Amino acid sequence: MRRSEYSGMVETTAFKELVRQKRAFLIPTVVFVVLFFIMLPILSIFTDVLDGKVVGVISWAYLYAFAQFFLAWVVTFVYWRKADRWDELARRAREEASEREGSEGGSA
Amino acid sequence: MNVTASIFFAVIVVATLGITYWASKRNKSTEEHYVAGGKIRGWQNGLAITGDFVSVGGFLGITGAIALQGFNGFYLSYGIPIAFLLVLLVVAEPMRNLGKYTVGDVITSRFGTKNVRAIAAVNTLMISIVYLIGQFVGAGALIQLLLGIGYSVAVIVIGVLASIYILAGGMLATTWIQILKAMLLLTGTALLLLLVLSRFDFNPVALFGETAATLGDGAVTPNDYGGLIANLDVLSITIAVALGPVGLPHVLMRFLTVPDAHTARSSVAVASIFMGLFFMLLPILGYGAAIYVGQEEVAAANPAGNLAAPQLSEALGGDLLLAFIAAVSFATLLAVMAGIVIAASGAFAHDLYTNVLRSGEATDREQFRAARISAGVICAFALLLALGAQGLNLAFLATLAFAMAASANLPAMLFTIYWSRFNLTGAVSGMVAGLVSSLGLVLISPNLLGESAIFPFTNPALFSIPIGFLASYLGTILSRESREGYTPYEEIHARANVGSEEA
Repeated sequence: MRRSEYSGMVETTAFKELVRQKRAFLIPTVVFVVLFFIMLPILSIFTDVLDGKVVGVISWAYLYAFAQFFLAWVVTFVYWRKADRWDELARRAREEASEREGSEGGSA
Repeated sequence: MNVTASIFFAVIVVATLGITYWASKRNKSTEEHYVAGGKIRGWQNGLAITGDFVSVGGFLGITGAIALQGFNGFYLSYGIPIAFLLVLLVVAEPMRNLGKYTVGDVITSRFGTKNVRAIAAVNTLMISIVYLIGQFVGAGALIQLLLGIGYSVAVIVIGVLASIYILAGGMLATTWIQILKAMLLLTGTALLLLLVLSRFDFNPVALFGETAATLGDGAVTPNDYGGLIANLDVLSITIAVALGPVGLPHVLMRFLTVPDAHTARSSVAVASIFMGLFFMLLPILGYGAAIYVGQEEVAAANPAGNLAAPQLSEALGGDLLLAFIAAVSFATLLAVMAGIVIAASGAFAHDLYTNVLRSGEATDREQFRAARISAGVICAFALLLALGAQGLNLAFLATLAFAMAASANLPAMLFTIYWSRFNLTGAVSGMVAGLVSSLGLVLISPNLLGESAIFPFTNPALFSIPIGFLASYLGTILSRESREGYTPYEEIHARANVGSEEA
């Protein structure tokens, strides 16, 4: 794919939709994941709030730590499902871009 | 014990050399050498990434830390799933879409100058060498202990083996050795888990209860690490573990071995399942070792508890299981080493030689030769350093490499992909400041200066990561440079999101 096609691509409706959808998902997700993660070391190292027991002798700290693993799996799965739809938008963006270029009679 | 272990070790060596021989027949070009021709499948790459992380640091180091410190040892584990989630969400696909062989390719794709490529290459080399020395030190100690071979001999033998894998088999051999080792280590871990849990009717809660009853409540709840400095130090390492993989060259390079963004995604998903299970279940091994081996015995064999897992396998499964687990640990070290050396050789041969020195004019044959020579040189160099580094702590070296990757590579990578205003001054100042601050702070830390340390923390991440980001940001907004010669951000933006047709 030639250079000129990329600059045309960002103008296509499919690309704009792709970026909008990705941002709407990725920005809040990354912020939440980072905050969720960092609260565990902060709370477990510097406070006692996670020292209480939940099941048997298993503490909130362990439960919170295990939750990090489940969070990672769940978000990975959700992202995976969404990203396959984004692949379709990316394909359309490529098509639209090459159609545009074709109608403008080759590269500028 | 020595005989059984020797046989298992020999089997590992023969199997890995067999893979290398098979791969060597396909390893005929530069692209094959660095990224296996970009033809690795998703599940294969996923297992290979798992192999990079399900390492000796994890298996031996974290099991031992939990055996000795309980929940306090678990902080090295719970950042890993988050790390790979961030890799998936933020860098895996753009890396695939923008890079060719190295991290340097990605940053250069935007700024197109030799300087920025050279700095990215130096960062990759420094990070890889520190990581590599850690693997050498761990491997040397393990072989010395289990086979009774001297440390220097052990280090030289593994250095030669790793060089052969890469020189002959390139990335294809490295990937399959990594897959073989990941499967062996996951099997070994599962076996140990079942043996421990079978004594508690497969009820993990009962194991935790027994641990608290034998070792006291402190083993299953968080405790103070010993003062504010020690606590902040642990926070620093935890952050390094969660952010380091997002900037580690040998991890990022794995995304260039697959054909497209979809496969890059699949590989992280596969890796996240296996790695998550592995790191989540390590407390079972750690507590098993504390109960069936005893904390005193674990600490007596190695002050950091690095031999807790082999000791546990001996206690539960006798000599045979011990020999198996030891041989698997050995395979792990070899495989991880091969992956790091190949990333470092990419920085050396592809970035520095082909693109900076020869301005991209080298023929494929010359590039291929340079890649192989540099792999040998890097192995030899790390080997020499490792001979002098015997006294250094394995976990310290690994977490230092994580901190360097998160400080020196991560800011420049993220801003290159996501920030339209980012410029060359920002990229250069961020990479230099990240590397200099992370290494500089370690040089004046207790690891090297002991009592007279100027910087009280053993891990620099808490300071050097913000320094890396801040320098990238300030460098960008304070400089007024013309954007001539840059690739327009909209092109980077389009390529990162959409990829290219031929991929």
